Amino acid sequence: MSSRKYDWIGTLGTIWATAISHLPWRIRLSTTPELLQVRNLKTEFSTDQGAVTAVDEVSFSLAPGETLCLVGESGSGKSVTALSIMGLLADNGRVAGGSIRFEDQDLATLPERRLRAIRGNSIAMIFQEPMTSLNPVLTIGDQLSETMILHLGLTKAQARERVIELLTKVGIPRAAEVVDDYPHRLSGGMRQRAMIAMALSCGPKLIVADEPTTALDVTIQAQILKLIRDLSAETGTAMILITHDLGVVAEMADRVAVMYAGQVVEQADVFTLFDEPKHPYTTALMRSIPHLAGPAGERLTAISGSVPSLAQMPTGCRFHDRCPQAMDRCRDDRPELLQLNGSPDHTVRCWLYDVPVAKVLP
Amino acid sequence: MGSYLIRRLLIGIPVLIGVTLINFLIINLAPGSPADLYLTPTSTSADVARVEAELGLDQPIFVQYFHWLTRLFHGDLGVSFQNRAPVTELIGERLGPTLLLMGTSLVIAYLVAIPIGILAARKKNSATDYSVVGASFLGISVPHFFLGLVLIYVFALELGWLPTGNMITLGRGGGFADRVNHLILPVAVLATATAANMTRYVRSSMIDAFGQDYIRTAKAKGLGRSVITSKHALRNALIPVVTVIGVDLSALIGGAIVTEQIFQWPGIGLLTIQSIGARDYAVLMGINLIAAIAVFGANLLTDIAYAVVDPRVTYA
Repeated sequence: MSSRKYDWIGTLGTIWATAISHLPWRIRLSTTPELLQVRNLKTEFSTDQGAVTAVDEVSFSLAPGETLCLVGESGSGKSVTALSIMGLLADNGRVAGGSIRFEDQDLATLPERRLRAIRGNSIAMIFQEPMTSLNPVLTIGDQLSETMILHLGLTKAQARERVIELLTKVGIPRAAEVVDDYPHRLSGGMRQRAMIAMALSCGPKLIVADEPTTALDVTIQAQILKLIRDLSAETGTAMILITHDLGVVAEMADRVAVMYAGQVVEQADVFTLFDEPKHPYTTALMRSIPHLAGPAGERLTAISGSVPSLAQMPTGCRFHDRCPQAMDRCRDDRPELLQLNGSPDHTVRCWLYDVPVAKVLP
Repeated sequence: MGSYLIRRLLIGIPVLIGVTLINFLIINLAPGSPADLYLTPTSTSADVARVEAELGLDQPIFVQYFHWLTRLFHGDLGVSFQNRAPVTELIGERLGPTLLLMGTSLVIAYLVAIPIGILAARKKNSATDYSVVGASFLGISVPHFFLGLVLIYVFALELGWLPTGNMITLGRGGGFADRVNHLILPVAVLATATAANMTRYVRSSMIDAFGQDYIRTAKAKGLGRSVITSKHALRNALIPVVTVIGVDLSALIGGAIVTEQIFQWPGIGLLTIQSIGARDYAVLMGINLIAAIAVFGANLLTDIAYAVVDPRVTYA
C-alpha cells in the first residue's frame, strides 16, 4: 500500500525523462553554455547574374573546447561559412540572414569596429595557403607581434619575447633567428606553424582553421594536425576545422557537420557519424574513401554528377539528382534538418527519415 | 650588393659608349652642316670648305667620333660650334635649372599620385574611383605643349597671376618667391603627365595588393583599415611602382625639352632645341651623353630600390 502511495513519483520521473529527451534541441542547448551558436546562417554574394546564395540555413553550435569539423566537397560552402563567422567575406558578400552568436554577441550584426576587437583576439583563423597568407615584406616577428601589441597591449620588446616563445612552442627550430626572418626563408610547413603561432598568440577561445593542411605535403600534414590538436587541447581552445578529408575528421573531430551545396545535411558526433551515417550523401562520401584493410584492387564508389552551381540550385532536396535513394517528394519538397529519434545529437536533412516521431528543428 | 654595383657600373661603360656612337651617327645623318651657320650671302663653297676644315668636319665620320671619344676620356666634351664656349661649361650652367624643374615635378607628382591612387583603390568602382581613372587618362593624353599653352593663356595672359616663362623676373634679382612663381606653370605641365601615369600604377598595384591572402590575414588579426592600407598593402604595392620611377625619369627628360621650350626655361631642354637649330653637334653630343647617364643612373637606382623594398630580392 505504501509503495503504491509513492508510485506517482516514479511516474513523474518517467514523464520528466521523456520530456527532456523529446525537448527540441534549441532548449536543450540553452542548458549548456555554448561558445558559438550559428543559426540559420544565410550568406549571399552579389554577382553579375544577381544575388547568389552560397550558404543557406546553416545551423550548428560549439561548446568551449570542442572541435567541430565542417566537411564537404569544394563549393559546398564550408569556407564561406567560416568567413561569415569571421566577418571576412569578400566585398560582394554579406550575411543576409540568421545569427552568429559568439558568447553574448551576434557577430552577424556587430559593427566592424567591435568585430575587430574580437578578430585575432578571441577568435583566430588559420588559412589554407601558408605560402601566401603571410606578408612577404614584413618579418615573421613583426607579423606575429602585431596582434599582441594590438589586442594585449604589449610593448614591442614584450611582444618579441612572446613571439620567440610561441615559435618555439609550435616547433620552429632556431626561433630566436626566425623571428627576424622574412616568410620566404621558411618552408610551407614552417610558415603554417608560424600561422598557428599567430592564431594562438592572444589565447583565443575559438580557432577557425580552413583546410590548414591541404596545401602541405602528406608527411607535414600529420605533424601540423597533431600540433593543432595538441595545442588546442592544451589551451582548451574550441575549433572549427574545415576539411574535405574524412581521415582528418576521424582524427580531429568531436562533432561533424557534413555540408552539401551550402547546407548542413547531417550533423552528429564523430563516432555516430562514422558508425551510422544516415544521409545518402554522407554514406556516399564514406564509400568514396579507400580502406587500408579493404581488399586489394577494391573499386571506390564515386558520387555521380557534380555539385550544383550556386546560381542553379535544384528544387526540393539539393542532392536529389545525385542521390541513389531519391523519391518523388525529394524533387519538389525541401527537407528540413530533422532530429533523429533516439539520438538527440544526430540531425539529418533527408526525407528518408521523415517519420512522425522525428522533430523538425526551428 | 657591393660587387653587384661594381659589375653594373662596369657594364655601363660599353653601354654608354654604344649610345654615343649611335647618337653620333644619327646626328650626322641629318641634312645640313654646322658650317651653314657661318654662311653669308657672299660665301663661296671654298669658304664653306675652310670653315668645315676648321671645325674638323672634313674628316671621315669615324675619325671625328674617335677624336670626340678620346677627348671625352680626358673629361673634355669639346667646344660649341656656335659660340666656341666649352660644352661642359654650357651644360653645367643649364643643368641646375633643369634639375630644379624635374626634381620639383617628380616630387610633386608622386606626392599627389600616391595618395590619390590609394584612395581610388580603396574605393574601387565608386564614383571617386571613376573620376580618378578618367582624370588620369586625360592627364596622360594631353600633350605637354598643348597643356603648357592653355596654362599660359589662362594664368598668365587672362588672369595675369603668373609669368609666362623664364626662371626669374629680369632686372629684379629673382628671390625665392619669384623663382617659385616661375616654377608653378612648367612644374604643373610636367607633373600632370607623371602624376597621371603614376596614379594609374599605384591604383592597380594597390587593388592587386588588397586582393592578396596576406591582407585577409591582416584583417583576421583585427587590424584597422589604415594599418592594413599603409603597412600591409602599400609596402607590397610599392614594389611594382618602383619600376615606374626609372621609366618616369626618362620620360621626364623628354618632357622637359618641350616644356622648357614653351616656358623659355633656361635648362638643358632649351639648350637642346637651340643646339638642334644651330646644328651644334658638339653640344648635342654632350647633352645626349648626360641624358644617357641619367637614364642609366635611374635604372640602377630602381634596381637598388627593389632590394630595399622587397626583402626577397638580393643581389650577389
